[in-house]
Amino acid sequence: MNEAGRVAGAQPGTMLADARTICPELVVAPADPAGDLDFLEKLSLWSQRWGPWSALDPPDGVLVDVTAAAHLFGGERKLLVDVQSAFAARKLAVRASIAPTAGAAWALAHFGAHSGPGEAIVPPFPPGACKEEMMRPLGDLPVAALRLDQDVLTVLHRLGIKRLEDLGNIATGDLDRTEKAARDALHRRFRNRKSPSANPLIRLDQLLGTVPEPLLPIVPHHMPMVQRRLMEPIRHRTLLDRVLSDLALDMVRELEARGQGARRLELGLWRVDGEVLVRRLELASATREAAHITRLFTTKLDDVDAGFGVETVRLRASWTEALALAQGDMENAAEAHGTSISACIDRLSVRLGPQAVRRPVPFASHLPERAQVWKAPLELLSASQMSFQNHYRPLKILDKAESIAVLYASPDGLPQRFRWRGTVREVARVEGPERIAPEWWRERSLVRLRDYYRIEDNEGQRYWIYRDGLITDGRGGAPQWYLQGLCV
Amino acid sequence: MPRYAPPSGAKTLQTHPVSAAFAGDGTCLSTTDIAALSKLREARWRPGLTEQPLHSEIFASSDDASGAGVALALARDALRVASTGNADPLAGTEDHRQVLWVQDARAIERSGRPCVQGLPDELRGRLIHVAAQTPEDALFALEEGLKCRDLACVIGEIVGNPRGLDFTASRRLSLTAEKHGVALWLVRLEAQADLSSARMRWRIEAAPSATPRWNHDAPGTPRWKAELFRARAHAPGQWILNNDKGYLRAGRPGVANSNTAISANINLKPDEASTAYPRYLARATVGRSLAIVARM
Repeated sequence: MNEAGRVAGAQPGTMLADARTICPELVVAPADPAGDLDFLEKLSLWSQRWGPWSALDPPDGVLVDVTAAAHLFGGERKLLVDVQSAFAARKLAVRASIAPTAGAAWALAHFGAHSGPGEAIVPPFPPGACKEEMMRPLGDLPVAALRLDQDVLTVLHRLGIKRLEDLGNIATGDLDRTEKAARDALHRRFRNRKSPSANPLIRLDQLLGTVPEPLLPIVPHHMPMVQRRLMEPIRHRTLLDRVLSDLALDMVRELEARGQGARRLELGLWRVDGEVLVRRLELASATREAAHITRLFTTKLDDVDAGFGVETVRLRASWTEALALAQGDMENAAEAHGTSISACIDRLSVRLGPQAVRRPVPFASHLPERAQVWKAPLELLSASQMSFQNHYRPLKILDKAESIAVLYASPDGLPQRFRWRGTVREVARVEGPERIAPEWWRERSLVRLRDYYRIEDNEGQRYWIYRDGLITDGRGGAPQWYLQGLCV
Repeated sequence: MPRYAPPSGAKTLQTHPVSAAFAGDGTCLSTTDIAALSKLREARWRPGLTEQPLHSEIFASSDDASGAGVALALARDALRVASTGNADPLAGTEDHRQVLWVQDARAIERSGRPCVQGLPDELRGRLIHVAAQTPEDALFALEEGLKCRDLACVIGEIVGNPRGLDFTASRRLSLTAEKHGVALWLVRLEAQADLSSARMRWRIEAAPSATPRWNHDAPGTPRWKAELFRARAHAPGQWILNNDKGYLRAGRPGVANSNTAISANINLKPDEASTAYPRYLARATVGRSLAIVARM
């Protein structure tokens, strides 16, 4: 809300309809907290022009450490003037102040009088100064300047403590009986509040600098980015491949300088007509090999439509990981010895898709089709204490169990002769059953239990079959037979 | 994994020296010795050979898992030989390298995916499975796997005789495998044995399993009828393979009992050889020349 809106009568917390009734000319913009935070981050980076490091103070503040930096601008007063003019040039309203502690600066910036730049400067506390002296320039500020929660402010208001001076007097004032009692009461009242924003005493100490206040500095993080602006727009694939390999080399150099390897790369192609084509690539492990990067991108550029030509190509590593510099191979034999496992998996998953290259991992279930899950190949497996000890499992399992037609069953219900995939087979040997009950906590109540048998036919082919249910289980008709596994 | 090298006559002579009476004079080499040498030189295949080929093809039916079973058994045999032959005392005892298993879509549909609980213990946590849509993708994955130095071996399953898998493709696979020293066992399901450059080509069928000791009605240790119909270094032959307690064993076909497996070391005595073959009858050398011996 800007000053004009405030003057017209709108207040934070007012409903929009009410505000519009008060002032029909009100201009409304939807809130964008993420965008605001993003802007604040950029702003705080930009503010590092006045001091070596800065910290965010969401939602609308930036703290800059100007210790021993003010003389570069000709003194603190001139520094504040510079801040005012720099922000004004960017059409931003700012309330700036300089104080020995971050808390004091915040208090002055938010609640100071701001009649001129000199008002917003608290001179450094002299060493050995008592608290009253330090309080003097700040004493008239309201207690809200301590950055307290709303409920704490309410409590203080009810106690009659309205200005910093009141609180300071009680906390540190002359020791007579009533003040001592009040101070003890205040200490007891906030004894259990460990968070600074809920404890006015801690906040007061932070304001005066007797308790350190840790701040999280904002550190710029630069994504390695290389680009080529082309003199002539390119329309042909061979030229694009050439540019791509140049970019990959540049990127590798950039990454090498930082001791990093790329995990995710984004290739942007700016076309003459303003379209931007983006191709993304994720790698199984941090990589710094130009040939590898080029090769993986080459397969992704097949469907690029260059239109009237591509004029700018940009490669950006949006996710990097530390990758120590390694000594190059001394001998050519090692170069020719082959790729590493991560490069191999990258190549496979780029061409065949990430779902095609996976690793089977045991899963805690007795149902054969649930007993293994498929994970990414180089993912670290979580340590498990024990695995399920199953009776016997075949080497291969069909994705979907195939129904078999029992032509002749032996008296105990086992198939003696059955047809599967058009061939009639005679069962020679049987072992079983291994009974696997349905997982009732997961499945419907009509799912039947399974009796698994390991069989061998008279030609020696071995299978793993099951009967789906029992005749007497009351969950359907006569049980069906299925073939699920092919044994070795 | 040792590189493939054809057995040389000189090496055979070193390992099985001729008796000293004949060694100096080539003309005195008697037929007994020739027979013995020829028998040794013929180098019939047996499990546990140190020089294993790096590209083998296994033709099998897609209605059972015998092809994959034999491929795994051969691969484990080769890996075991490679690990015991490793003389470096500092080398780790356990092999942690991954095994790549490539299947095309039809192979998955016909013969299923590998089941992690059914795999041999030492391969259980080391399998990377590639589900390729087409045979061409499967061939690409096989070749990429063979180029990777961190893989223990590559196992492939391809159904039928796709157009992409011609002699050129198999030659590419052979050369890549031998360049990088990664072994490939390619299971050809329901396929005709057309032109291929595989160093060993097997035809596998399931055979009735051995009778278990206690439960005679149950299927026992799996066995396969294996026919080696083309190999560079070995004579063709037929065996009954089984994988008893994780060790590959080969028995003679027609002998039902698995106890008569061929032992890994054939110590042939000259008189045995002479009883097997008449004294003055020249024996077929199966394409191998005795020139080196005659020169000595």
